[in-house]
Amino acid sequence: MSLANLEWGRTTGAGRWRPLGGLVVDVPLIVLLCLTAGVGGVVLYSALGADMGLLMRQGMRFGLGLAAFFVLSQVPPRYLRIFTPWVFFLGLALLLVVMVEGEIGKGAQRWLDLGVVRFQPSEILKLAAPMMVAWFMHERRLPPTFMQTVAMVLIVTVPAFLIAEQPDLGTALLVIASGGLTILLAGISVWVMVAVAIAGLCAAPVLWHFMHDYQRARVFVFLNPESDPLGTGYNTIQAKIAIGSGGLFGKGWLNGTQAHLEFLPERSTDFIFAVMGEEFGLLGLLVLVVLYLAIVGRGLYIALQAQDTFTRLLAGALSLTFFFYVFVNAGMVSGLMPMVGVPLPLVSAGGTSMVTLMAGFGMLASIHGHRKLMAP
Amino acid sequence: MARPSLALKDHWQEQRLFLSRIIAAGVIILLLTGLLVMRLVQLQIVDYQRFSELSQGNRYRIEPLPPNRGIIYDRNGVVIAENQPSWELVAIGEEIENLQETLKALEQLKLIDVSEHNTLRDLIHSHRGFERVKLSNLTEEQAATFAVRRHRFPGIDIQEALARYYPFGEASAHAIGYVGSISLADLERIDRSEYAASSQIGKAGVERAYESTLHGRVGYRQQVVNAQGRVLFDPTVKAHAENVSNLIGGLESKPPVPGDNIVLSLDMRLQLAAQEALKDARGAAVAIDPRSGDVLALVSTPAFDPNRFAAGLSRADYNALTIDADKPLVNRALAGTYPPGSTVKPFISLVALEHESIDPHKTLYCPGEYHLPGQTHKYREGKGGIHGPMDMHDAIVRSCDVYYYQLSTMIGIDDIAAGLKAFGFGAVAGLDIEGEKSGILPSPEWKRKRFSRREDQAWFLGETVNTGVGQGYMLVTPLQLAHAEATMAARGEGHPPRFLIGVEDGTTRAVKYLDPTSLTPVAHNPEHWDFVRDAMVGVTSEAHGTAREAMKGLTYKVAGKTGTAQVFTVGQEEKYKEGDVDERLRDHSWFTAYAPADEPRIAVAVIVENGGFGASAAAPVVRKILEAYFAAEGYVASEP
Repeated sequence: MSLANLEWGRTTGAGRWRPLGGLVVDVPLIVLLCLTAGVGGVVLYSALGADMGLLMRQGMRFGLGLAAFFVLSQVPPRYLRIFTPWVFFLGLALLLVVMVEGEIGKGAQRWLDLGVVRFQPSEILKLAAPMMVAWFMHERRLPPTFMQTVAMVLIVTVPAFLIAEQPDLGTALLVIASGGLTILLAGISVWVMVAVAIAGLCAAPVLWHFMHDYQRARVFVFLNPESDPLGTGYNTIQAKIAIGSGGLFGKGWLNGTQAHLEFLPERSTDFIFAVMGEEFGLLGLLVLVVLYLAIVGRGLYIALQAQDTFTRLLAGALSLTFFFYVFVNAGMVSGLMPMVGVPLPLVSAGGTSMVTLMAGFGMLASIHGHRKLMAP
Repeated sequence: MARPSLALKDHWQEQRLFLSRIIAAGVIILLLTGLLVMRLVQLQIVDYQRFSELSQGNRYRIEPLPPNRGIIYDRNGVVIAENQPSWELVAIGEEIENLQETLKALEQLKLIDVSEHNTLRDLIHSHRGFERVKLSNLTEEQAATFAVRRHRFPGIDIQEALARYYPFGEASAHAIGYVGSISLADLERIDRSEYAASSQIGKAGVERAYESTLHGRVGYRQQVVNAQGRVLFDPTVKAHAENVSNLIGGLESKPPVPGDNIVLSLDMRLQLAAQEALKDARGAAVAIDPRSGDVLALVSTPAFDPNRFAAGLSRADYNALTIDADKPLVNRALAGTYPPGSTVKPFISLVALEHESIDPHKTLYCPGEYHLPGQTHKYREGKGGIHGPMDMHDAIVRSCDVYYYQLSTMIGIDDIAAGLKAFGFGAVAGLDIEGEKSGILPSPEWKRKRFSRREDQAWFLGETVNTGVGQGYMLVTPLQLAHAEATMAARGEGHPPRFLIGVEDGTTRAVKYLDPTSLTPVAHNPEHWDFVRDAMVGVTSEAHGTAREAMKGLTYKVAGKTGTAQVFTVGQEEKYKEGDVDERLRDHSWFTAYAPADEPRIAVAVIVENGGFGASAAAPVVRKILEAYFAAEGYVASEP
């Protein structure tokens, strides 16, 4: 009997540790997430200027994230899959609503105001895009055919385009990354990847030819921020000084001069990695990196244990996307990569992305907790 | 949905494929993490010493260097806008101990204006702590006042700077515009890093339109400063290099790139003549070279002194300018809309000739007033009086309204509107600075769009009658009329009016001249152009010509037309008498002309608000502009 024909059923907990009366609780994942957020909170307290009130707000956000985590942990993956198209198209529709409202109001086009809550529909797509790709491939044969690949690329690029129009290039990039990683995991052939890369390289000079001077100037600054030391380059230079001056052991908690004398921009959000480096040194950063790797490792383990295409692709993509966030942020702050406004997951202050992230981990926990035991 | 592949799903193979992908991803993750850790080791272990010293004992500051703003020349190379050395009071936010008290103390010394207090505070807050924010311009005396008290003001400094200077003051105000302090609103629309060292930005006129050309590109130098802000190391000062260079690697500097200079079409001699002739009036003058669209003069009075804006106008002074009843800040040449009055008649004549609405040699009788058939409303002869029998030539020369009342009903409003539209009425002329108004070219179609109520939308024959003499709904700007006149002078070969004729590279000094562009020609029979031109020459030369006195004694032929735009409507049985009407309700005086009539080189439109009949106030101004232009014939002959 083929696995695809098996219905996902609630497992009877035989051999599985379920302390809360059959509730799914992924202990390793929870411990790792809480540890990371805890370390983050310590750094954030310093970055926020030792303001307990502001730190409590971040704690509330993490609490909200944990709630989302627990709720989604209980939803069997079968339902996640059934709801995927609804969530995806609702997200798209909301993006269009924000766009139209923005047109009318001539103002910011990112936020949707529901009276009580304000949120960015683009956040939904960070999860919905990889889910939709996984949904699309769920009952199809892997690796995908050419036409299927095209369809998946559209699933990712249409919302990414709408988000880029807002304009929010950072989030658009993250949607492309999460969706793109799902496509890669679906097994498109290595040759297709090579062909796309070559086509991209060939298209670049053509595109360059048609660009205006000011657009080219922006690309230059993007590639080499230090050519603009008064603008974006300023941040990179100051962040490098902060990290470098931390040394092996750091200057000590609350003692980062770069951060506290306000040389370091955005220190509680995008640049918090530099605060950590300044105050806790290389050792502190290594602890953080190890924690992140452990979370990614747990995610990939869950992906390997998953039993059908949808959960396998989704779990893999969510884990890889998480690493992508970490690497883009740390790489940007330490001057390895161009400036992209991506927060450091679980550590940077900020609400919506924290909830989205924790919701994603909730799905991972659910995928693991609802596996059907197989006969060896 | 059919899923043909379902049966072919090979789960073991798919799982193997997935496993290989996850393994590949794991390897890449480890490689990237390794790269990140290597980077951190490089920053925190290898380069630790350098970064540590940079962050602890010293501050690393990037000092932006302002580019010199481009100079503005007139067509003969006369400087209209330049930069002069001056003193500026600046604040460095992070070094100020108590901003509120510092500002108050500066106000007591009268170095900054009390009314600017909140604006300056917000401006300082909106900059990074180490950026220098300009507070005000100082006279030499004020600079000395501050210099002796400098120790009391940490974070406040004076610096030498270049201030914008307009040698012609008021005469260039409306054409060139002015620069002013960068406001919070300006910060929203510019690249802030390009303006990091600049304190001023083009606010109006040419200064605003060509801001990106004139501004140049910011430079910078990296400096090391101690906690008090004293510069310890500056790569541009060689003596510093030996003391502290071991601390710093790769301190750089990049010189600013000066802005490009621009060459305008203006001829300051005409500009000054027009300003002088209009200086006691409210009005505007525009002179255009019909061969290229070059704007030779553009004046609007009353004007203001742009140097006061460049030096930093206080809020109170600015408010005084905005509430002045004469509205000196309004550029009447572009944004003043007036009924064209009789200046529209030559254009109407061309339309009539094109459509053969009348034999131009046929006479119509002028009894001094006109009635539409079956109506009692009187359409009066503008200046009163009875002209008797008039053909088209005489009707232009003597500006007979009754002839044009009748003629316009013969042409019909649709053809009039289309014919006038070809000369650019009802649309902006396309001058390369902001602020142009489009005026109104009335037609049944326009009325349908303009009014929402059905009963207001109907077009009445009486409105056609009014349009024929440039009254009623029709509105034009002086620029539009000068542009239409230039197009007529060039016999339909029109050019969009322009200020910019050349750009001089700020560094290499190479001048690039721009070729004039052309509009779609207005086609008319050559005989019709000749007919209208001859009639307009008659206006300035024949015995009954309305502008004969004003143009008497000129050595070249001038084709001209007077116009009188009604501001105030007199009752049906009353007679308009200048003395009886309040000065501001008197008619506006128009004169348009081009010369020499056979080979036109200049077309002019002048309006004098409430100046009365066209020949009395506006024609003498046109004459002075023409005299200034032809007096410089020696220069004109050697034009490129």
